[in-house]
Amino acid sequence: MTASVEIRAASPTSVKTLVSPGGIEAWHVESDVVPLIAVAFTFEGGSAHDPEDRPGVAQMLARLLDEGAGQYNSDAFQERLAGRAIELSFNAGNDAIGGSLKTLVKHADEAFELMRLALAEPRFDQDAIERVRAQTIAGLRYQQNDPGVMATRRFFEEGFAGHPYGRPTSGTPESVAMITRDDLVAMHRTMITRGRIKIAVVGAISADRLSGLLDKVFGSLPEAQPLPFIEPTSLKQIGSRFVVDLDVPQSVIRFGTQGIAWREPDFIPAYVLNHILGGGAFTSRLFQEVREKRGLAYSVGTSLVSYRSAAMTWGYTATKNERVAECLDVISQEISRLTTDGPSDEELQKAKDYLIGSYALGFDTSTKIAHTMVQIAFEGLGIDYIGRRNALVGAVTQADISKAAERLFGDGRMLTVIAGRPTGL
Amino acid sequence: MMDTASKPFLRTDAASFGRTEGGGPNVSSFTLDNGLDVVVIPDHRVPVVTHMIWYRNGSADDPIGQSGIAHFLEHLMFKGTEKHPAGEFSKVVSALGGQENAFTSFDYTAYFQRVAREHLRTMMEFEADRMTKLLLEEAVVGPERDVVLEERRMRVETDPSSQLSEAMAAALFVHHPYGIPIIGWMHEIETLSRENALDYYRRFYTPENAILVVAGDVTPDEVLRLAKDTYGRIEPRGERPVRFRPRDPDPVAARHITVSDPKVEQPTLQRLYLVPSCRTAKERDCYALELLAEVIGGGPTSYLYRKLVLERGIAVNAGAWYMSSSMDETRFCVYAVPSEGVTLQALEEAVDEVLKTVPEALDSDSIERAKTRLVAETIYSTDSQSALARIYGSALAIGETIEDVHRWPGEIEAVVKDDLASAAERYLVLRRSVTGYLQKSAS
Repeated sequence: MTASVEIRAASPTSVKTLVSPGGIEAWHVESDVVPLIAVAFTFEGGSAHDPEDRPGVAQMLARLLDEGAGQYNSDAFQERLAGRAIELSFNAGNDAIGGSLKTLVKHADEAFELMRLALAEPRFDQDAIERVRAQTIAGLRYQQNDPGVMATRRFFEEGFAGHPYGRPTSGTPESVAMITRDDLVAMHRTMITRGRIKIAVVGAISADRLSGLLDKVFGSLPEAQPLPFIEPTSLKQIGSRFVVDLDVPQSVIRFGTQGIAWREPDFIPAYVLNHILGGGAFTSRLFQEVREKRGLAYSVGTSLVSYRSAAMTWGYTATKNERVAECLDVISQEISRLTTDGPSDEELQKAKDYLIGSYALGFDTSTKIAHTMVQIAFEGLGIDYIGRRNALVGAVTQADISKAAERLFGDGRMLTVIAGRPTGL
Repeated sequence: MMDTASKPFLRTDAASFGRTEGGGPNVSSFTLDNGLDVVVIPDHRVPVVTHMIWYRNGSADDPIGQSGIAHFLEHLMFKGTEKHPAGEFSKVVSALGGQENAFTSFDYTAYFQRVAREHLRTMMEFEADRMTKLLLEEAVVGPERDVVLEERRMRVETDPSSQLSEAMAAALFVHHPYGIPIIGWMHEIETLSRENALDYYRRFYTPENAILVVAGDVTPDEVLRLAKDTYGRIEPRGERPVRFRPRDPDPVAARHITVSDPKVEQPTLQRLYLVPSCRTAKERDCYALELLAEVIGGGPTSYLYRKLVLERGIAVNAGAWYMSSSMDETRFCVYAVPSEGVTLQALEEAVDEVLKTVPEALDSDSIERAKTRLVAETIYSTDSQSALARIYGSALAIGETIEDVHRWPGEIEAVVKDDLASAAERYLVLRRSVTGYLQKSAS
């Protein structure tokens, strides 16, 4: 199957589905302009599957995959990567363990072999475990009193209380101290399998050669066992406000409410609505009202978050303690104004123009293309999504926006978390 | 937005520049009649262009007592001209599906948009207009100053590790303005006025002082034609403004700085050395320093990591970086994060013991590995038109040439073990250094 990355009129990048002889599926863009290959992949299942009393296992697993594998201990493995400038990294989020590989074409065989070893034969040597544990704990302590980190952690604790999403994905110094080698081995066995993987490859490599490499790397993984079920949930404590006391002159604010998942048909109108309210451009309403007109903050914005088992809309800003109340007022007024009156026709049209026009900007490097494709695959949107997406945005009407606003913001209440020492609340 | 120094948990690569062995970008350059330099970097993979304008002035050119003015003006540049009122440029960029931003560094200020190729001319028209026709209404200056103050609160006032970085730079550069933060000191930002901004603007925002960089789906001819039609209409000023940069005296004092804050739960150690940059280095010292940083501190196979983390277990992380791309003498940083129960004093002693052994410990395998990585980064950078635009723009803005950029991989390849040993012996010495402790205070 073939689809076009429809980016304005010209030069469509061709994305093809490739199925290797061993049955491994990947999305592939062949391009030989730059002599490199970029790979992105995700395995379903992540921090939400951490043992209940030990958050942080999935992230620690991701950090240990390249710390020794096969016949190589950690140092030898890193030396093989560095010696050929191969960039291999892994990460874990709530719902997935992912990774990426970047290599010069001339080192592709070695790069794919090291990726295979990391995925299929990680050693979990005790000294590597202890080192990564110490690094993780030091990293957690380093951020322990960072107002942004504290606000986010409290937001998830309150918003998803009692649900795996409410736990810190990187764990706590205490939980990381408890993680055992058995925890890591067990999670590796459950997650890193050939059944629930999405793969995207961009670069100077033919389908034939890639097929062989995919079989070698991913074909050697075990068949998937069922994943423990994560209960669907939604954001709680909407309407509540929490303050995390911290002696800093500026308060970090997180606010959130219901969302719509990327996989749902109503997502695109919500996405357009979010762009108007607090999307990335200097033209968003919150940017204009909070920053441009009042100088309340350097950064302010909102985004839609899609997890496997929950969706939310959330926003961020930071303002000096004395202006927190004013800032919160401005934000809720804007949300209420947008929900009640909707955007003007011109505002809606300009938002759609931006989202349609700027889509191509996300496809200008091999790494970005691979990353975007693997996300689309993970969400189950289909290889034709890249070609369809701009038409979906173009079709959004005022009625769609109004429906999305009702679903997202309803009566305007939000879960708000403030880290700092706000006055006058 | 600002380019700032790094934190000990993040390894910042000194940008690696260059053309690739696999046939890198085919860069063209020319100069308009009014003195504006133009660089074109074709990349025809997607119908997108990156349009950047660079000014050869940064925070190190702030007048005394007006720290932060370069950065404040960068913010104010979005506030409209006679022709285009505040916000119009941003609205147009956005409606065309483009993205935009700007950043201020020590030596330069740059503005960019990324748009579909057919909108390049529009970007040039707007950018050329605001090069000389900025109109600052008093009413927009106050709120924007508040925005910058919030930016400083966000980046520095709430973060003890940023406070340490500022204090260390202030101690390292005893006379040169690299010791002043890009964003400016809080008490001076508070006093920056519309007049300060306009004075600075009139002095530096001229065609002779600017560099236009266009990367993407364009040809040099097309860029030349569009640039003549837009930027070419700006009156020249006759000559490029002079940047006065004092030189630091040769350092004699090893300095120690401590930031103690109750919020610090994880202590860290940093060491800065005053070293030549690629602009000031005699002979080829800067290439040696570049490679030295990679060999001793570039990731988990580096000498510092192996000695301090893997062998001695005294640190959980360790590394080094070198800010080569500077007009004047610059910083080389070594950092380490102590293992639990290890004091910063004990860690510092260990770091010094390890650094002392660098000259004789250098082996050809690790030197080759470091070269491979640095040269590969230049190939990886050709995958990103924005990265390329930044590489060439920043090089020209500090006075390097396109040839310097293209020579870089070859120069790195040519460094030999003795160069590294001698760079380490000459520059990584305590009298050239500031050592910084980030630690928890009692209350």
